[in-house]
Amino acid sequence: MMRMKRRDFLKVGAVAGAMASLHGCAGGGKPSGHVVVVGGGYGGATMAKYLRMWSEGSVQVTLIERNPTFISCPISNLVIGGTKTMEDITVSYDGLKNKWGVRVIQDDVVAVDAVKKAISLKAGGSMSYDRLVLSPGVDFMFDQIGGLASAEAQGRILHAWKAGPQTIALRKQLESMKDGGVFAISIPRAPYRCPPGPYERACLVADYFKKAKPKSKVVILDANEDVQSKKPLFTKAWADLYRDTIEYRNNSEVKDVDVKTNTALLEFDKFRADVLNVIPPQRAGDVAAKSGLKLINKRWVDIDWLSMEVNGTAGVHVIGDAVFPAPTMPKSGHMANQQAKLAAAAILNLLSGSEPSQTPLVMNTCYSFVDARQAVHVASVHTYDRATRTMQPVKGAGGVSAARNEIEGKVALGWAKNIWADMLT
Amino acid sequence: MKPLVPAAALWLLAFAGTSQAADPNLGRNLAATCANCHGTHGRALPGSGLDDLAGMDKAKALQKLADFKSGSKPASVMHQIAKGYTDEQLELIATHFAAPSKGTAP
Repeated sequence: MMRMKRRDFLKVGAVAGAMASLHGCAGGGKPSGHVVVVGGGYGGATMAKYLRMWSEGSVQVTLIERNPTFISCPISNLVIGGTKTMEDITVSYDGLKNKWGVRVIQDDVVAVDAVKKAISLKAGGSMSYDRLVLSPGVDFMFDQIGGLASAEAQGRILHAWKAGPQTIALRKQLESMKDGGVFAISIPRAPYRCPPGPYERACLVADYFKKAKPKSKVVILDANEDVQSKKPLFTKAWADLYRDTIEYRNNSEVKDVDVKTNTALLEFDKFRADVLNVIPPQRAGDVAAKSGLKLINKRWVDIDWLSMEVNGTAGVHVIGDAVFPAPTMPKSGHMANQQAKLAAAAILNLLSGSEPSQTPLVMNTCYSFVDARQAVHVASVHTYDRATRTMQPVKGAGGVSAARNEIEGKVALGWAKNIWADMLT
Repeated sequence: MKPLVPAAALWLLAFAGTSQAADPNLGRNLAATCANCHGTHGRALPGSGLDDLAGMDKAKALQKLADFKSGSKPASVMHQIAKGYTDEQLELIATHFAAPSKGTAP
């Protein structure tokens, strides 16, 4: 039964593909074809919806996602801090299926054949595409922290840098920690997913400690020379709200861990914590990093910013955290959503035989909570620069909050509601 | 495809100055950069506390954006964002939101 369905679907895809090439000659016609999107996070979900919405249903879209529901990384630090629940950050894929006609398949992609234009699924079988979009986010470079090699070690020293079971597990570790304990969070060298996220997490854990375990401490072990985002706002929050709770240490790269003693091993020092939260170095998610696509620094995918198509691999687009970042561009959910729209517009142009827009623009707004109610933001706008062939920040635009406040805390939650709807419903 | 090409798009087309013509969907694409906060098609969710942009009068929207840009209208973030768009881009965005947009699923 499943087989029949898949075969029928592929037949439809093939017809649509043939139509696309017919239309392709004319140029500017209605786009058609089959686009496979891999990864249903901020980038992939937005891509699936916007392809269907902007093509008015003329492009077939399959979304392949390994998880049954979307769980948001933004706002997940409030779950770790104890003021939001997993339910608050979970959204169903039903809107994409039922309202937008996206075919959602819960599976993993194990191989990409860019020549045959087909992908292979973990559950078996393959699927052909006219255009492929990979939005896999990041995977962790556990090989850089030897003590975290085993699954058992990874289950004890958590990253909680992908929202899901680890979010709940880290919360439980904090709940069972004795008062007077130490929570240490380590930050890898930039670039990593969500630059302000670790500092926000430190604030929210400290806020929880102040209320529930006032003798406890938070220590930030930052591999970088300095705070990577919203520095004046975070350092002010630490001084004003958490003077006796948060300690910030720069140039403190975690090189390894001793799982038995919950100890972080630095270059010349070591640090034992009651709850040790190690955010490992990151690279493009497996499906992008291991499919023979061109990588920069062996970590991030090299793309053409006019279409997000991979340089040297026709028909494959990569969006979100997995791409080599443009100057000052953060790896954020908001940015992945913006890149998805840029790439969706380009793909629809290409599927109707015209060129991608030559003047794309993306913008970022990122809110961080400094306690359960007050937030701060950073914003930026980026446009395509022909000379450098990348996105450059618009000079004079963007900036950070004047000061932390509760209004921005409310806006942050409103932002989450609206962006989840923009992606998924 | 939207049959209507906004005046500003024609203006951009005329002044693009190179072989590249402006994309007829530029207004749609630029307006979509607002949707993260203000909702798809500028329809913010009720209770989200963010302004609805759908159907907003064009002149009113442009005035508001110009005031954000000049700094005469206080804001938490829009004064920083508005400065990232050219006047021509803001014109395209305001034109897009003023026209009734298709919000229904295919």
